[in-house]
Amino acid sequence: MGRVLICAEHDGERLNLSTAKCVSCANSFANDGIDIAVLSENGGAIASEASAIDGVSKVLHIDSNDNGAPLAAIWAPQIAALATDYSHVFGPSTTFGKDLMPRVAALLGTGQLSDIMSTTDGRVFQRPIYAGNAIVTVDASACSIIVATVRTASYVAAEEGGNATIEHRATEAEIPSHTRYVELKGDTGGGRPDLQTAARVVSGGRALGSEDNFKLIYDLADRIDAAVGASRAAVDSGYVANDLQVGQTGKIIAPDLYIAIGISGAIQHLTGIKDAGTIVAINKDSEAPIFEVADFGLVADLFDAVPDLIARLGR
Amino acid sequence: MVCLKRVVDYNVRVRVKPDGSGLALDGVKMAINPFDEIALEEALRIRERDGAEEIVAVSIGSTDCQQQLRTGLAMGADRALLIETDSDLEPLAVARTLKALVDREQPDLVIMGKQAIDGDNNQTGQMLASLWDRPQATFTSELTIDGEVATATREVDAGLEVIEFDLPAVVTTDLRLNEPRYVKLPDIMKAKKKPLDVIAIDEITDDTAPMFAVTNVAPPAERAKGIIVDDTVALVAALNDKGLI
Repeated sequence: MGRVLICAEHDGERLNLSTAKCVSCANSFANDGIDIAVLSENGGAIASEASAIDGVSKVLHIDSNDNGAPLAAIWAPQIAALATDYSHVFGPSTTFGKDLMPRVAALLGTGQLSDIMSTTDGRVFQRPIYAGNAIVTVDASACSIIVATVRTASYVAAEEGGNATIEHRATEAEIPSHTRYVELKGDTGGGRPDLQTAARVVSGGRALGSEDNFKLIYDLADRIDAAVGASRAAVDSGYVANDLQVGQTGKIIAPDLYIAIGISGAIQHLTGIKDAGTIVAINKDSEAPIFEVADFGLVADLFDAVPDLIARLGR
Repeated sequence: MVCLKRVVDYNVRVRVKPDGSGLALDGVKMAINPFDEIALEEALRIRERDGAEEIVAVSIGSTDCQQQLRTGLAMGADRALLIETDSDLEPLAVARTLKALVDREQPDLVIMGKQAIDGDNNQTGQMLASLWDRPQATFTSELTIDGEVATATREVDAGLEVIEFDLPAVVTTDLRLNEPRYVKLPDIMKAKKKPLDVIAIDEITDDTAPMFAVTNVAPPAERAKGIIVDDTVALVAALNDKGLI
């Protein structure tokens, strides 16, 4: 077994928690050391954050004007140049990692494993297929470098407490000019906790009926300091932006508490929440599939139950 | 060039065989991967909006994939190519095959779904772009083309990222890019006359060996059955008991 390299995800200022989740995955099997690659522009603080994750030996920091935005076409050759010293190269199974890691793997002439959930020895892995309706066990022993994305909902972030050395590296790859970053329009969260990493999440479905009515979901979320999510039906109906979508085609999350309101529980939604600690469902249809996975179900009209709940949770 | 994968229809709930050897897929309904259908629709709209010389639909797989290619032709693709193989190829092998096809066909744009709903890998487009050394726009929800330059809005976790890139390039589609059209009966008839070439994969590439071995297929762990509470009072009490609020 060799060393593990993890590609850090960040927003230009702070490290994303997904990076520490990848460290947890790497920590779950015997290896010769875990290093983190931080690509950034003026990202000294990010490299410091990475060096403080428990279990990390080294942070390889490539700070350059090319690395201001996480463009896969620009980052992949830099990661691939670092990867030759490693037996494993991991990234998170967020849109960042899904965009980047296959490009890295192809440069290295190897395959990639998506969404790894568990491993015993760092050679054999479990991953979901068919929207989580089946779990396959895959043996990657034949790969000289194992490139993978780590299913972030399957791992608890490694804690702080490390003191890794930070090595500054120069870009040792040719950087293409064919892809250019323009802008990020985003953050519809309104200052609420981040959906992907929040301990509590309140989600609304099509039964909310309108963008205005979705305010009930925000109100309830604010009472319990929760992030807001939505079903694909609610997103498709235009009640909220797509970055709040939870499910197979949205975000896969694992909060301690998940409250699904007016969500019927289509398979593709359940795929996104099955690792939640406790699932609460409020729906007026007692036959809704969401009740099959809910720890606590309340069969009620959401327009009665949610305002009532908000009043009872009043701070 | 549009890539169409034949997959189990998204309405089918797949079941795992009890012996862990795979999925019980005999006789289930098959369809074009929904994300790939969006890719084809986008190609058709680009042709209607900006003009495109030709739209080629490509599939890699068994002879049965001809059904999905015919559907693609009925939607409006000009011709189709089936790269025939009975092996279940890994994404890198698919990308290598597509790269060999790109070298033959010289497309200005390759467009495909961000993932197939069977393997959920989300890799092929990125790998093709990597092998081709060209731009990739993954998770695209809006695409405009202006001459040799394209602009894509990408659905990333933090919101909507806009990138600009030079053609040729690879685009992978997200759900909100468009709503695919319904195929009309006269178009199905017309599609029967459009060219569909079948090429053995050996004539394209010999670089498709698997790197991974699937050793078991299991159903997912089930959650323990929960309880139905009577009202919000009981719900709040239950959550308090567990220290969740």
